[in-house]
Order: sequence, then structure tokens, then C-alpha cells
Amino acid sequence: MSGSRDHGTAIKLLSCAKTFGGGTVRALESLDLEITGGETVVLLGPSGCGKTTTLRIVAGLEEPDPGGRVFFGDDDVTRLPIEKRNIGMVFQSYALFPNMNVRENIAYGLKVRKMPKVEIDRRVGEMVEMMHMGELEFRRIDQLSGGQRQRVALARAIVVRPRVLLLDEPLTALDAILRTRLRVEIDELLRRLGITAVYVTHDQGEAMSLGDRIVVMSNGKVEQIGTPRDIYYKPNSEFVAEFIGSINRLHGIACGDHVEVAGGTVPWLLNQSSGKVEILFRPENVGICDVSVAQLKGKVVTSFFQGDRTRLIVGGLGERDIVIETTDRTEYISGQDIGFQVDPDSIIVLEK
Amino acid sequence: MNRHEYRNLVILVLPTAIVCIAFFILPMAKLVMIGGSGERGLVAYLDILTKPRHFESLIATLLLSILVTVTALAVATISGLFLERNRFRGRGLLISMLTFPLAFPGVVIGFMVIMLGGRQGLVSEISKAVTGDKIVFAYSIVGLFVGYMYFSIPRVILTIMAAAEKLDPALEEAARSLGAPQWRVVLDVILPALKPGLIASGAICFATSMGAFGTAFTLATNIDVLPMTIYTEFTLNANIVGAATLSIVLGIITWTALYIARSLSGSNAVAAG
Repeated sequence: MSGSRDHGTAIKLLSCAKTFGGGTVRALESLDLEITGGETVVLLGPSGCGKTTTLRIVAGLEEPDPGGRVFFGDDDVTRLPIEKRNIGMVFQSYALFPNMNVRENIAYGLKVRKMPKVEIDRRVGEMVEMMHMGELEFRRIDQLSGGQRQRVALARAIVVRPRVLLLDEPLTALDAILRTRLRVEIDELLRRLGITAVYVTHDQGEAMSLGDRIVVMSNGKVEQIGTPRDIYYKPNSEFVAEFIGSINRLHGIACGDHVEVAGGTVPWLLNQSSGKVEILFRPENVGICDVSVAQLKGKVVTSFFQGDRTRLIVGGLGERDIVIETTDRTEYISGQDIGFQVDPDSIIVLEK
Repeated sequence: MNRHEYRNLVILVLPTAIVCIAFFILPMAKLVMIGGSGERGLVAYLDILTKPRHFESLIATLLLSILVTVTALAVATISGLFLERNRFRGRGLLISMLTFPLAFPGVVIGFMVIMLGGRQGLVSEISKAVTGDKIVFAYSIVGLFVGYMYFSIPRVILTIMAAAEKLDPALEEAARSLGAPQWRVVLDVILPALKPGLIASGAICFATSMGAFGTAFTLATNIDVLPMTIYTEFTLNANIVGAATLSIVLGIITWTALYIARSLSGSNAVAAG
């Protein structure tokens, strides 16, 4: 997949901030972001975090506040309106033209570019074949399912061979099964085209599986930029840790090579400080062991058997219950004592 | 359906049926009969095409109504879109002022046109002061046009604003992202989305202009629009047959326009307009 990565257009945002409402609402704090050609970058965060504003600045639907600049490759496109940027855009609401059929929708960008009819027919034909939409070609939009609509919208966006592809929550309006299926299709498509893509979502699963890099945002600010692995294993703030996957938090006091917490101790081999800390660890990085030798002890509050694993809610370790996931076949009963230890390599310690 | 349900249905439909028969079917039938009751029977309906005064009146009314409809659609679409998309101080007041004409009967609108473009009107006073010539347009086709525009525009603006509100902004952004300049966005996205509303409110405009009487009567113009001709035939010439035939023709034209609009824009569009 790296072979196709070098012909996309790089995107660069320089000090792009955005204020709405005559200076009253700061939607985006000054942002610098470099996206290499062919890379897929996911903007991830809760609603109102500034991810959509960032995408709209890249698209040319919003202008950054004075001082902000946007580059596509070496071209400064800051003042260029969206219709002159040669981008492809996919919307949450599909935004297909209801007065045109599938084929006319896909052909629209080519028609606007005044391409000869023969060439339009050839390219649309290719696209219909590639997206397996042969039988849908002459359907009206209201005769399509949500998944089919979003595939048409994707085809319409990429048939014009845009410099960058921008996707604004493209899967949010779909049901869970379709969402997963289309996610795979989008992933394959992006790899095959080698196009630079910016993808906005609030769904961490989508972000992890599609992004070469993820930009986690909150309150108009970037919290962390990194590969999905970085973000998951090395979150640099509580917000990122909580937003990506589920995570447990224990308050404790560091001393020597371990941290004292309410239910026992957690090894912390790299410790260089002492004092109040907060320990974060993921439910799957916990090993259950015999209560007599366990470093941590608690009581099972509830257990949820989920087939491939069991999810345990464990109390007695401070004010917040923790979550443990185990793949063993033991049945756990509410109220029973449980002993466990945390994998020392997987803990994240935030000093207070 | 069993007997019991059938009986209930009849009882429920009865009021509508009585009103419909008493005020619609019977008078219409009577009118058709009167129209055909002259010495020459139903041939009287052809008089509309052969009598120059009737024919001219029909054509003038048609042309005026079409002109008013087209102009009102153009003006109101632009203003309706503007009002829907821009938020500014006094917007609410402006919108309620624009819908004001709906509150006036034709007589008052005619009166206002006279105050604007009559012999002692505002325009004539100003033009006299500036150029020495009095510009008077109230009693010509221009006066009628102004009056009809006045009550046509609000009907369209309200419909357009309602339709524009439902328009997904992402549609326009999608068209622009594909390289469409503003005029293409209007042509390919906005107008198609407004089409049902335009057809519906256009039909209402046309029908209202065809049948408008009060304004024309107040202005006492030198152009006889159809409702005026009907009035003259009926009251002054006592030509009951002529008045009846003209009424039926006027009704058919208006009804046809509404019917076409209904079938073009979906069944509930006219009701919504």
C-alpha cells in the first residue's frame, strides 16, 4: 500500500483559526497541520470540537481568520473558493441531487468541467463498474438505500479525480452493519486511489481502522496527533485516553517501583517521582489471578458474558468501579472476591 | 364494508355533499344552462371567440395574468431566497410587511395604486415637479399590473421561503465542490428544489389575477379584464347569457391552470401554496 502513497497532493494548514458570530464564538484555535500526499488523516472528537470547521477550511467552505493559510502542495489556496479547489467531498446527508438519477449525479462534476460526452460516458462507466452499481445506474435517488446513496456520493466525488478527498461523517447516517461494510469499502478505495483524504468522524472505531494518522480534537483545540497505535497506547491526556476505547482510572501514591492504590499496588518500573498520581489502564490489559497472590483485590459488581469474552465491573478500588475484560471461561458471580494484576507495560501514569 | 360502517360514512359525508351541491354543482349547472339558453343555444359559447370585445378582453386578461405570474415569481424568488438566508435587524418586520397585502381587499389595493400613480398621485406630483409632465399610470394596464403584483408577491414569497428552508445546504456545497459556479448551482440545485413551490404559487397567482375584480373596478381602467366585462354585461347590458358564458370560460381556464399545477407538482402542493 505504500507504493501508491506518493502521488497525492500534500495539504498544509498554517495558523488556521476560526471565529464565528462576529468574534464571539471561537470554533477553532490556531491550528497547524501537515498532511503528506496520499495520507488519510482522521479528525476525531465530540461534536463542537472543531473537526468539521477544520474540514470546511480545507474544503474552502470557510475562510480561516486573518493570518491563517491553506496550501495544497505548493499552491496557496487560502483565497480560492471551493469550486476552484478541485476537491471531492462526501457529506453525512449524502447530498445527492434529487432531480438527477444515479448516472447524472456521478457525471455532474464532469459535465460542469465541460468534458466531451464520450469521455464522460467512459469515466462514468468505469466508476459504475468499479463501485458495482451497474444495476443502479438509471435509478432515481429516492429508490436507493442509504448505503447505495453513499456509494453514489463517493463515486460522484472521485470521478473528477480531485486533488484531495474530504469526507464529513460519511457513515454516521447508516445502520451498524452497513457502516462496517462501507468502512471496508472506503478503506480499500482510499488505498487503491492513493489519494490524500481528510475524514471527519466522532466514531473512534472508524478513526482507528481508516486513519494513517488521527487528530484528536476537543473544544477547538488539537489534543493529540498520532498513528492509531500511538493514540491508543500512548494517549497524552485524560481526554484522549477516555475518548479512545474504554479505560480505567485509579488514584494512588507513587513510591519506589510501584504505586499504592485503594485495592493494592500497581507496579511502575519507570517511576522517577513520588507523590499523587493517576493510573490509566485498559480493560484488556488486566490478568486475573488467585486472590491470595494478587497485587490488586476487589469485588465483582456485575459480570456480562459476551461469548468471546467476559466483561466484569469490579468495585472496591476507590470511588469509581473499574472494568476488566477476560477471555477465560470461568463464570464470575456478583459479590465474589477477585484478584488481578495490571500488565506493567501497558499502564499510563499521569502525575498530578 | 358492512351496513353499519356504510351508514356512518354516509352521515359523515352528508354535510360536505350538501354544501358542495348547494353552492357548487347547482349554481354551476344553472350557469352553464343560462349560457346556453339564448336564442342560439350553446353556440353562444363561441361568441367569446367571435365577438371582438369579448375576445380582446379574454386575451388581455390572459396576457396580464401570465405577465404578472412570471414577474411575481422572478421577484419573489429572489427576495424569498434572500430573506430566508440572511439574518438582519428588522427582518421579521420586513417579512410581515411583505405579507401585508394579503390583508387587503382588491378595492383598497386599487385605491393605493391610484394614490401612487393616479392623476393626483405621488408619482405624478414628483414627475410634475421634476420634468413638468405628469406621469399617470394608474388607469392603464400598468396600474393593473402594479396592483396585481402587489397582491401576488406575498403569496409567492411565503411559499418560496418555506421551500428554501427545507433545502439541504449540503446540496449546494456538493455542487460547488464539484466545480459548479454560482449560476449553475441556482440552475441545477436551487430551482429544481423550488420547482413544486414555484408551480403551486405560480398557479395561485395566475388564478387570482384572472379573477381579480376589486382592483380593476376601482381603477376603472380603459382595459376590460374578463371579470369587468362580465360585470358590465350582467349589470349594464343585461346580457345574462353573455355574462354566463364568460363566467364559465373564466372558470374553466382558471381551474385548468390549477389542475395542471396540481398534477405537475404533486397532489398537496397547491394546498400548501
